[in-house]
Amino acid sequence: MIEKNNSQPLVRMSGISKAFPGVQANDCVDLELHPGEVLALLGENGAGKSTLMNILCGLYRPDAGEIELRGRKVSIEGPKDSQALGIGMVHQNFKLVDSMTVLENIILGMKNQPLVLDMKKVRAEVLQLSKRYNLKVEPDASIWQLSVGEQQRVEILKLLYRKAEILILDEPTAVLTPQESDELAKVIRLMKTEGKSAIFITHKMEEVMNFSDRVMVLRKGRLVAGLSTTSTSPSQLARLMVGRELLFSIDKKPFSPGKTILSLDRVCAKDDRGLDALKEVSLNIRSGEILGIAGVAGNGQKELAEVITGLRKLKSGSLRLDKEDMSQSSPIAMIKAGVAHIPQDRSSAGSVGDLSVASNLAMKEYRKPPLSTGIFIIPQRITSLAKKLIERFKIMTPGPDTHLKFLSGGNIQKTILAREIGACKSLLVAVYPSRGLDIGATESVRRQLVDQRDQGFGVLFVSEDIDELIQVADTIAVLFEGRVMAVMPSKEAAPERLGLLMAGVGA
Amino acid sequence: MDMITSILAITIRAGTSLVFATIGEIFTERAGILNLGIEGIMLMSAVTGFAASFYTQNIFIAVLVAVAVGAAMAALHAFLTVTMRANQVVSGLSITLFGSGFASFLGQRLGPASNNFRLVGLKGARFMPASLEGISEVPILSAFLNQDLLTYLVYILIPLSWFFLYKTRPGLWLRSIGEDPQTADAMGIDVIKAKYFYTILGGVFIALGGAHLSLSYTPGWAENITGGRGWIVVALVIFSMWNPARSLWGALLFGGINAVQFRLQASGTNIPAAFLNMLPYLGTIAVLVLMTWWEALSKKVGAPAALSQAYMREDK
Repeated sequence: MIEKNNSQPLVRMSGISKAFPGVQANDCVDLELHPGEVLALLGENGAGKSTLMNILCGLYRPDAGEIELRGRKVSIEGPKDSQALGIGMVHQNFKLVDSMTVLENIILGMKNQPLVLDMKKVRAEVLQLSKRYNLKVEPDASIWQLSVGEQQRVEILKLLYRKAEILILDEPTAVLTPQESDELAKVIRLMKTEGKSAIFITHKMEEVMNFSDRVMVLRKGRLVAGLSTTSTSPSQLARLMVGRELLFSIDKKPFSPGKTILSLDRVCAKDDRGLDALKEVSLNIRSGEILGIAGVAGNGQKELAEVITGLRKLKSGSLRLDKEDMSQSSPIAMIKAGVAHIPQDRSSAGSVGDLSVASNLAMKEYRKPPLSTGIFIIPQRITSLAKKLIERFKIMTPGPDTHLKFLSGGNIQKTILAREIGACKSLLVAVYPSRGLDIGATESVRRQLVDQRDQGFGVLFVSEDIDELIQVADTIAVLFEGRVMAVMPSKEAAPERLGLLMAGVGA
Repeated sequence: MDMITSILAITIRAGTSLVFATIGEIFTERAGILNLGIEGIMLMSAVTGFAASFYTQNIFIAVLVAVAVGAAMAALHAFLTVTMRANQVVSGLSITLFGSGFASFLGQRLGPASNNFRLVGLKGARFMPASLEGISEVPILSAFLNQDLLTYLVYILIPLSWFFLYKTRPGLWLRSIGEDPQTADAMGIDVIKAKYFYTILGGVFIALGGAHLSLSYTPGWAENITGGRGWIVVALVIFSMWNPARSLWGALLFGGINAVQFRLQASGTNIPAAFLNMLPYLGTIAVLVLMTWWEALSKKVGAPAALSQAYMREDK
C-alpha cells in the first residue's frame, strides 16, 4: 500500500517511535515529503498524527528513529533547530501569546531581529506579506482581541515571515468557517507555486481530496498507507483510517414530541466582556426532540448553553424547566434537575486533566449512592462504574486510573459524553460535541444524541455543520448576533436558506 | 520650601532600596518565577555587605559581596523551582526564613573579638552623598542631586529596564516567558535558561536594595534592618503592574510616608512612635488595595499569566 517516489525527498522520517505513559503514540512510522508537495496526514483521534509532527518540529524527542533533510541526517533537539532548518508548524492550540500584539508574536523568538526592535520595519514587511498572500490582519491588535480565524492568519504569517520552506498545519480547518477554509486553500496553493512544501493533519476526507497531492494514513500509531491523492477515493481512505466500513446516515424513531421540557422566554444575557450576547431569545424544547442551534461560532451559542446550565445569569426574561421557574438557578440546581452539559471547551470546563479517567467519569454522580454514602466516597464503586462506561463508550485508555490529560482529544470527549449521558435526566445540552472528532467518534456521538432523544429526553444540539444539523436535529433554530433568526423543522430546512440566515440575511 | 526639599530627599533615600528590589522582582516574575525570598535576600546582602565594608573599608568590594550573596540565593531559588520544580511559594518562603535567621546569626558572629564578635555598633565604609558644586543650595533639585551613587544608579535603572522590557528583543522574549512559556519554547526561546538568568538578575537587584540599607540609608548592621521591606516589595510589584517605570511611584509612596512620619517624630508629637512607625506599611497597603481594585475595574493587564507555574516541555 506504500507507493514509491524516486526523487530525493525533502524530509525523510524513518522508524519514528514515541511513547507516552501508557500510550504508544507512534510505532515505527516512516514519512517522506517531496519538494513542492502537499502531504495530508490522515487518521482518527489518537492515531499519532500530532505527535509525529511535534517530533518533526522539535517539541517532542522521539524514542527511536531518524530524520533526514535533503538527504542529510539532522538532529532536531528543539524548536530552535527545526526553525533553522526551515520547518514551521501551526499547532492546533495556537502558539501565540494572548496579551501581546500581532507584530510582537510574529517576531517572537527570531534571533536575527536587531537588539533594539525596529517595529516600523517589521510592520511594513508584515503588511507586504499579508497583502501578497491575502492574509488580512490588524498588526497592532492584541491576540486575545482576534477571532480564531484571524489568529490562524497570524500563525501562517509568522511562518512566512520566518521564510519557512516546510509548513506543518495541525487540523487547520477545524476552527474555520467554510469561507475561511476556502481562503486557506488558496494560500496553500500559492505557497506551493513558490516551491514550498506542506504537511497538514486532518480527518476530513474532503480536505484531503481538495488540498493534497499525497496522503498518508495513520492508525493507532502505525502507518497503514501512503497513496497519491488522485489514485484513491474518500471511501477507500475512510476504510483505511477506521479499519472498517462506516455508516453515513443515522436511523432514528419517527419524531413524536411530548410535553415541553425547557422553555426560554425573551431571555437576555451578557457575554464575558459585558456586551449583549443573547437578545430576547425565546425557544422551547419538548421531550423526544433534538433542537439544533445553527450559527457561526460566537453568535451567542456558548452563552445560550451557559444560561440553560445555570453557569450564566439571565439579565432579563425567564427560563422554565418542566414548568418550574429556574431563571436564577445555580449550576448545582440544574444538575440536580437532570440537565447535562457537554461544554464547548472540553479541557477547561468539562474535565480535569490531572484527575484519573474514573474520577472524571464520577464527577457528577459522586454526591449520591451508590458512589458515596454520607460524606465518604466508595472508590471501588467508582472504578467499577468507570470500567463499565469505558467499555460501553469505547474510550481508548490504558485503564480507569490513567490521567485524563494523556488521552487524545476524541477520547476525552467520549469521557465527558459518557458522564453527561449518565447524568441526563431531562435535558442534554451539547455544544459542538463532534468538533475535532474523527468519523468514527463523530458517528458515535451523533448516535448517543439520538438515543437520548429516543428515550424521551430533550436535546439542545449546537453545531456549525449544516449537514450534521439537518441529519441529526428535529427542529433547527438559527442564531445570529444573539437573536433567533428563525425556527423550522429540519425537514424543511434547506442548506442554502440556513446559510443565509446564519449570515443574518432574510429573517 | 526647605521642609519640602528635605522630605523629598528622605523620600528618595528611603525609596532607593525599594526600587532596586521591586525592579529585581519584576524581572523575576516576568520570567514566570515568583520569588518570595526578597526579605531573606535583602537581609543577607545587608549583613554580608556591611561585614565586607567593615573589614575592607572598601565600599565597592562591599557591594560586590552583597550582590554575590544575593545572586547565589536567587540561583538556589531558581534551581529549586525551575530544575526541581518545587512549589515557588514554599521555596521563596524557605529562603526568607533561612535568610532572616542566618543574617541574624551572622550579625552576632562576623564581628571582631573586640566587639564580642557582633557587627552591631561598628562603622564600615559607606556611601556618601555625591553632589555637584552649588547644587545643594537649589531647593527641590538638590533633593534629587544630593544623593549617593546607588540612588543615581536607580535614576538610570528605571528608564533602562523599562526600555529593555518593552523595546528590545530580549525584553520581548522575557515577557513571553512569563505569559506563555509553551509558546516561547515553541518559538525557539530557551525558557529554562532564561528563567535562571532573570531569577539571578533579579536577585542581584534585590541584593543592591539590601546593600543600600546597610551601606547608606542606615549605615551599619541592626537586627531586622529591612523592617519588612521585602514584603512591601511583593505588594509594590503588583502596584507597578509589572512595569519597571511604575516601580518609582510605589517606592515614593512608601518612602514618602516614611519621611513624613520621621518629620513628625522629630518635631516631638504626642502620637506614640510605634504608631508612626506603622504608618508607612499601613498607608502603602491601603493605597495598594485601592489602586489594584481600581485597576481591576478598569480591566488593565494583570500578572504574567504563567506566574508561579513550573514548566516542562512534554507536559500535557
